[in-house]
Amino acid sequence: MRYLTYLLIGILFGIVMTKSEAVSWFRIQEMFRFESFHMYGIIGTAVVVGAVGVFLAKRLGWKTVDGAEWSLQPKAFSVPRYLYGGIIFGLGWALTGACPGPMFTLLGQGIWMILVVIISATLGTYTYGVLRDRLPH
Amino acid sequence: MLHLISGAWHWSISGLVIALVMFLLLYAGKEFGVSSNLRTFCTIAGAGERHKFFAIDWRAQQWNIVFVAGAVIGGFIAYFLLPNPEPVTVSPETVDYLQTIGIGAPGSTPGFSSYVPAELFTLDELFTLRGFLMAVGGGFLIGFGSRWAGGCTSGHAISGLANLQLPSLIAVVGFFIGGLLMSWILLPFIIQL
Repeated sequence: MRYLTYLLIGILFGIVMTKSEAVSWFRIQEMFRFESFHMYGIIGTAVVVGAVGVFLAKRLGWKTVDGAEWSLQPKAFSVPRYLYGGIIFGLGWALTGACPGPMFTLLGQGIWMILVVIISATLGTYTYGVLRDRLPH
Repeated sequence: MLHLISGAWHWSISGLVIALVMFLLLYAGKEFGVSSNLRTFCTIAGAGERHKFFAIDWRAQQWNIVFVAGAVIGGFIAYFLLPNPEPVTVSPETVDYLQTIGIGAPGSTPGFSSYVPAELFTLDELFTLRGFLMAVGGGFLIGFGSRWAGGCTSGHAISGLANLQLPSLIAVVGFFIGGLLMSWILLPFIIQL
């Protein structure tokens, strides 16, 4: 039953990713070329609404369905892993026009080539796991 | 009523629904982060026996795999059952620029999704250098970079920034450095290959 809930939340996510056109390679190029406000509007709205909700959740002590604290642990501070990892991720995002959410959503559109992107991204994550101890964090 | 849902959604509605997805997961006691699934895939494939980074209990991550399975189904529903009669509409400047580097406007290839260019995303393109670099190279960069940075757009740009995390802001700055470098400098070169 709980899994059905995650499936339904995922379906909502796939629908909004498609209807917002955030899964579009064209929209990602448009964003990185600063030729429309569309993608900035989507991310900006999600962040502002999200920040207000997270603030309220902390202030008012909102609990999860099981009565626990919300999963909002602070991330350990450092620069190299976020900056270098972020740059590498950004290169891939702008090339494929898809970040991990859209990769899966596009599969539902029948863009079969994206399956190669997903497999290759999994290999990229595997390679990170192998090299992890030798990379700055 | 249905045409309101089937057309392209305004950015404010879209952003609101994405925030709702994040809250639903937080309320369920989980967190919004799609790229973690790639690590779980490695664990399921047995990578945990060789590398401790993958020695995690993948059953605890099953919910997230169900979530992305939902994203696939959601993509199917939104594209095939609630189809937008109009192709993706991006700014004329973007269309003009992409044409100069050999990518046609959204929807210019009959019978192919207007969301992505047929010049890069048909299966035949896998056997061209540029298509191979895009799919295999681009995918690798996404998987490697997101795990090194500890998250992707959902984990850092949405959840992390909403939780006012400085590390997430650094990651998002990185996303843009890489993205600008690709879109403005490397992409025109790769597409000519």
